[in-house]
Amino acid sequence: MADIVEQESMDQIEDTQKGKFLTFCMGNEFYGIEIKYVTEIIGLQPITEIPEMPEYIKGIINLRGKIIPVMDVRLRFRKPFREYDDRTCIVVIEIKEVSIGLIVDSVSEVMSIPDEEIVAPPSVTKEGNKYIKGIGKVGSDVKLLLDSDKLLNETDLDDITSNI
Amino acid sequence: MSNQYINEPMLDLFIFESMQLIEQMELLIISNEKSSSYDSDAINEIFRIMHTIKGSSAMMLYNNISTLAHSMEDLFFVLREDKPQNVDYSELSDLVLEGLDFIKVEIAKIRNGDEADGDASALIKSLRVFHATIKGQDLSAKNQNLADGAVSHENHTPEKQQYYIGKVRTETTSLRNTFQATLRFEQDCGMENLRAFGVVNDLGDLVEEYYHMPEDLDHEDSARVISEQGFTLFLKTDRSLEEIHRVLIQTFSLKDLQLTQVENSELFNDLHKERKILLEDSSVKVPTSSGRDHVANDYEEKEIHSAATQQSIISVSVAKLDQLMDLVGEMVIAEAMVTQNPDLKGLELNNFEKAARQLRKITSELQDTVMSVRMVPLAGTFQKMNRTVRDMCKKLNKEVQLLLIGQETEVDKNIIEHISDPLMHLIRNSIDHGIEMPDEREAQRKPRLGTITLEAKNVGGDVLIIIRDDGEGFSKDRILAKAREKGLIQGSEEEVTDKEIYNLVFLPGFSTNENVTEFSGRGVGMDVVVKNIEAVGGAIAADSVPGKGTTITLKIPLTLAIIDGMNIKVGDARYTIPTTAIKESFRPKMTEVIVDPDDNEMMMVRGQCFPILRLHDIYHVQTEVTHFTDGIIIMVEQDNKTLCIFADELIGQQQVVVKALPTYIRNTKKVRGLAGCTLLGDGSISLILDIGGLMIRQSA
Repeated sequence: MADIVEQESMDQIEDTQKGKFLTFCMGNEFYGIEIKYVTEIIGLQPITEIPEMPEYIKGIINLRGKIIPVMDVRLRFRKPFREYDDRTCIVVIEIKEVSIGLIVDSVSEVMSIPDEEIVAPPSVTKEGNKYIKGIGKVGSDVKLLLDSDKLLNETDLDDITSNI
Repeated sequence: MSNQYINEPMLDLFIFESMQLIEQMELLIISNEKSSSYDSDAINEIFRIMHTIKGSSAMMLYNNISTLAHSMEDLFFVLREDKPQNVDYSELSDLVLEGLDFIKVEIAKIRNGDEADGDASALIKSLRVFHATIKGQDLSAKNQNLADGAVSHENHTPEKQQYYIGKVRTETTSLRNTFQATLRFEQDCGMENLRAFGVVNDLGDLVEEYYHMPEDLDHEDSARVISEQGFTLFLKTDRSLEEIHRVLIQTFSLKDLQLTQVENSELFNDLHKERKILLEDSSVKVPTSSGRDHVANDYEEKEIHSAATQQSIISVSVAKLDQLMDLVGEMVIAEAMVTQNPDLKGLELNNFEKAARQLRKITSELQDTVMSVRMVPLAGTFQKMNRTVRDMCKKLNKEVQLLLIGQETEVDKNIIEHISDPLMHLIRNSIDHGIEMPDEREAQRKPRLGTITLEAKNVGGDVLIIIRDDGEGFSKDRILAKAREKGLIQGSEEEVTDKEIYNLVFLPGFSTNENVTEFSGRGVGMDVVVKNIEAVGGAIAADSVPGKGTTITLKIPLTLAIIDGMNIKVGDARYTIPTTAIKESFRPKMTEVIVDPDDNEMMMVRGQCFPILRLHDIYHVQTEVTHFTDGIIIMVEQDNKTLCIFADELIGQQQVVVKALPTYIRNTKKVRGLAGCTLLGDGSISLILDIGGLMIRQSA
């Protein structure tokens, strides 16, 4: 019984979060990430580097006793590194019980993008669209909607190590 | 609910474990049924669960459960190995769930103190039909077997069949043997009269006539008499001494058993005559309804009795202990945050210092206490193995003794739970594959009695558990052949060292035993062993001398939670070295440093030469301290190897709570030389160095 009730309340939460995206800015583009994945947004924290990680994994931070890794999304997308400033934020997301912080230039707002305003990304190149799930149209702007699952779980070929 | 009756600890454990496994398996089946196909992980997992249930229920002599589990295991073995296409998964789920229900009912019976007397043969039959279907075998050929209705497994001993025969046996026996048995129970085991009653009950079907002393088992005084003088039984039966012995020796809490054949049965006859009139109405049908009532009463008494004596012991769920541990860990950090607060720097605070010292003392005591609560001696786990050894020996007709060394070694409760299964598997393997048959041993000029040594000892922050047997050792050729067959070795044999070959046996599905037996031979045991040992951050290694025996060494950490660490600084990074590994630290002089032609740096200390490892170098940390004379050398030792670690400076010693690196990091890459991370007093993160890993890096 309890499971059913829990499931229902979960469904409800998912319902209210559906179609809502947290948008953030990197360089000239705006990106969106589904709000249901976002746990919180924090300012930049001292980061402890972990040796031998790919460049885009900046290290780990102490989030109130919980240790989570942080990833520089710029470097993940092979954009040039940009010095962190006071606008730089860490967006903490959690997918399938794995928490990770995403370092972005700045966050802008939470907005609703209905399904009909989202189009599939054009298949220009294989590389560029790997982490883009769709393109959301908001007025005259476009937001690139991230596939968070892929962002976390798909590692580049050269990162795959023997232990996997 | 399990407190309703107080069962034997072993029985409790069996019930608890089996119920847990069944629950786990049900979840697996149900979640897989939805997708209408079983993925290979689930099949492996179910296979393992059935394997464990089969083993443990056979050990507890619940043959119906064990047989059923065996059939299910067979089924999943086919699924795992042959990966058949034509499987009706919903039918499979139905069958398996039905089987699980049966086991659950049996376990419920056992928990309530009843006989687990359900008949699983119908279920087994349908399982076998299904088994045959997915194997794609000709059903008609199989039907022959099924018509027999025999639960024919090569590994089901005649003993079991006798059990069934015994139930329907007619009274045509010749009563040729008379035995006298004296049983003594462990001291303070309590309820001796009830135990004796149980013994008589167990013998029920095997014995034609019997007489026992003291006569009245229902009376409370008899418990005292039995505990003082032992329980004496006179039996008349057509069974052999061996069979009776086998039944009697399985009595719980049995300390001593003397079973002799009485050639001249006059004594028996005299007693018999006297007693006959009294016995006539109940004959040998021991479990009468009044008997049951007494059992129930006795259980109540027992409950009261144990409630009085065990008042000072409570059982707490490990989850709660874990939570407490976490909290204490956080508190240790918080304490450091307060007492080493940067705001206090340079201030003269006498009273604060005093109070802080007091706080530090209490926290460290609290922490020690919590740790000690979690520490459990290995004795319990080790002793469980005696049973395994004895049962195995009986079934395989081998002669093996088990030597236990260092049982008092204490290990964290979490770890104990993870090593009990592996130990059992390893010991089974040793007996089944390692120790030869007694005659064979004699031919090889070894003592008939094989020896398995189970030894535990503390080595630094680890506990070593060594399982040593004096059997035939691994067959290198067979392992190599099998490895080639499975495509595990590509290169030439010369490139692989003996140790590497032996350690191949830990790979999943690797079994060189051709015949699958009830105990081993499916390569699933080693799989479980490695999985469980790795789960607690341990390591396993095997070594073997052909003809002399095999040694398997498990290295497990003492605890997972808190270690004493030395914090060091390299550039901006902080690292923590377990204090147990540190031998000394010193400022080096340039004259002591040697550089060989390959640019390997070494340090000469008191006439001995040790390699130097520059932390900033291997972890690419920016630091200004690159000259040895500016920094500090920390000499660490592990596994008899010594390494000099070069760092910028020491920060200080602190107890740290070990936290695992985030899953994402671990999935991305396993960094050699990092054991985890921890939070320092100022809230910053320090990486815990794994000395063993660093040494591998250094030598690589």
